[in-house]
Amino acid sequence: MENPYIPYPVRIDEIKTETEDKSLKTFKFVFLNPEDEEKFAYRAGQFAELSIPGLGEIPIGIASSPTEKGFVKFTVFKTGKVTSYLHSMKEGDIMGIRGPLGNWYPWDMLEGKNVVIIGGGFAFTTLRSSIIYMLDPENRKKFKDIHVIYGARSPGMLLYKDELEAWAGLDDLNMHITVDGTDDPDWPHHTGFVPTITEQEAPSGTEDTYAIVCGPPIMIKFTQPVLDKLGYTEDRIIMSLENRMKCGIGMCGRCNIGKEFVCKDGPVFTLKQLNQTPKEY
Amino acid sequence: MKVIKIDKNEWADGVEKLHDNYRLIGAVREKSYHIFATLKPGQKPEMEYVNSRISPKYVIYPQSEIILECSMDENDEDYKVYHEPGDKNYEEKAVLGVRPCDADSLPLVRRNFDTDEYKDPYWLQAFETTTLVGLACDAPCPSCFCTSAGSGPYNDQNLDIMLVDNGDHYLAEILTDKGEKLAGAAGWDKDTEQGAEDSIEKRKTGAESKITSKVNTDNLANQSLLDLYDATIIWEKAAFACINCGTCTYACPTCWCFDVQDEVHGRQSYRIRNWDSCMYPLFTHHASGHNPRGTKLDRLRQRFMHKLKYYVDKYEDGIQCTGCGRCVSLCPVNIDIRRICNMMNSYDPESCTCEVTAS
Repeated sequence: MENPYIPYPVRIDEIKTETEDKSLKTFKFVFLNPEDEEKFAYRAGQFAELSIPGLGEIPIGIASSPTEKGFVKFTVFKTGKVTSYLHSMKEGDIMGIRGPLGNWYPWDMLEGKNVVIIGGGFAFTTLRSSIIYMLDPENRKKFKDIHVIYGARSPGMLLYKDELEAWAGLDDLNMHITVDGTDDPDWPHHTGFVPTITEQEAPSGTEDTYAIVCGPPIMIKFTQPVLDKLGYTEDRIIMSLENRMKCGIGMCGRCNIGKEFVCKDGPVFTLKQLNQTPKEY
Repeated sequence: MKVIKIDKNEWADGVEKLHDNYRLIGAVREKSYHIFATLKPGQKPEMEYVNSRISPKYVIYPQSEIILECSMDENDEDYKVYHEPGDKNYEEKAVLGVRPCDADSLPLVRRNFDTDEYKDPYWLQAFETTTLVGLACDAPCPSCFCTSAGSGPYNDQNLDIMLVDNGDHYLAEILTDKGEKLAGAAGWDKDTEQGAEDSIEKRKTGAESKITSKVNTDNLANQSLLDLYDATIIWEKAAFACINCGTCTYACPTCWCFDVQDEVHGRQSYRIRNWDSCMYPLFTHHASGHNPRGTKLDRLRQRFMHKLKYYVDKYEDGIQCTGCGRCVSLCPVNIDIRRICNMMNSYDPESCTCEVTAS
């Protein structure tokens, strides 16, 4: 019997501070036992429990893409007991990863479709995974037009800045970067909230166009009417939820929205599914 | 199924013999109530009691249990590498005198811990090594409603042996291989006199007729989940009284929610699973401060919706309750699951009313 509570031991290989306020760091982990990397086969959109012995576990979306081999990456916001300790850890330190957990963005369904990715703030991690995955030469041909709209409070709060700039220069990706505001007169990208930029830049909703939306509740609240106006139906709007979790395998009972568990039946749901559940997220 | 006769003096001798092969757990008196506890040699389980204050679910699912451990000393091989504790001991154990309602809770709880994707090794190993010697209930309490909650005072479906008190002796149904093995180890093998099965049947009918309170569950599956969720007429009044103490969840044989905490003792780190309760605000509290079930109405509604709607819809096999009545008798503010269930069952979303039945 496989014990679903035992994490794979990992070593922190690299730590990168992502934002100017230092509240977000990206951790690159390498598995201590190389065979564990195979067992940890994941899809873009899944999450894992980062385990720090003596402190506890935190559920975090996987920021690396299944097409990136030899490591896994997570971007973590410093906020509670475990994340604060993690931010103080050093390269070379040993900890654990348990997963992959939950479902993923519906890649089979998205094949042959236009994909519009809308992200805000630090909810961009599994979206990074998704973009890298779709841009892989093997996969790019499976999708039609790809649009990415990503916003943060200021240029210094954007995640993965080098990659964003590289994506902005690509021909086969429509990249729309925006910030709420900036005092940089040479800022080359958009200024304005994500819903506004979505209204200006996103393609109209068609039968072949799906939107993946991840961001703070306020962004989601104001983006939804924009998508409605653009003609996106509720089954073509895909979202990823977060709730407090412990087990990550649908047993401990706290992350449910109605009869669905965010950890096991989610975290990815269509808006149509969410409209049929209590709004307990 | 075989029925044997156990004279009450042979019962005592047999229990004594079982100590060699089993850890024995039985009801013992504590203050003014009964609890299930490990019996010492020479100690007899009490059989004359209505039901234990809290269910014996802890035998299989301890209130607090170490699930992983590792060393915090970098010279050790398991430095910060969590693994199963080395001293997990799944010895054979037997629960003597468990009531049918508590035994019937186990397959309900098993659905949570034994899924297609994940198996909880701790719950399953503890369950596999437990033999359940049940005692049919002849004297139900006024809060019992097992007969309408998928169980019954003589329900033997989830027992290994069921004892029926027949004056100076027990009539014992030997129901499974585990039960056969335990009866063998105790030396119980006396044939019954003619008509034993008839007298069990007669006692069963008598016991069932004493359970007069019941719940109506026939319409729960047809109700709209969101309509029930939004039925403020059900939730507001009950939530006004509820103090979120969590007594119902701890006493309940079918409540399975848990928390996981790490503790460091000396140079050893432990990952520990503890019973938790949906009644507590921290249960769902995000690190950001946001709480999706931030009010006590949210939390009270979660408990009843889980047992009487989410579970019903998810497994399509009845409610997550066996009618033991503990939450009814122990609730400090008299919230009654029977009343809530009948309200949910009869709720009419058009008029926002329920056919409220007296509890």
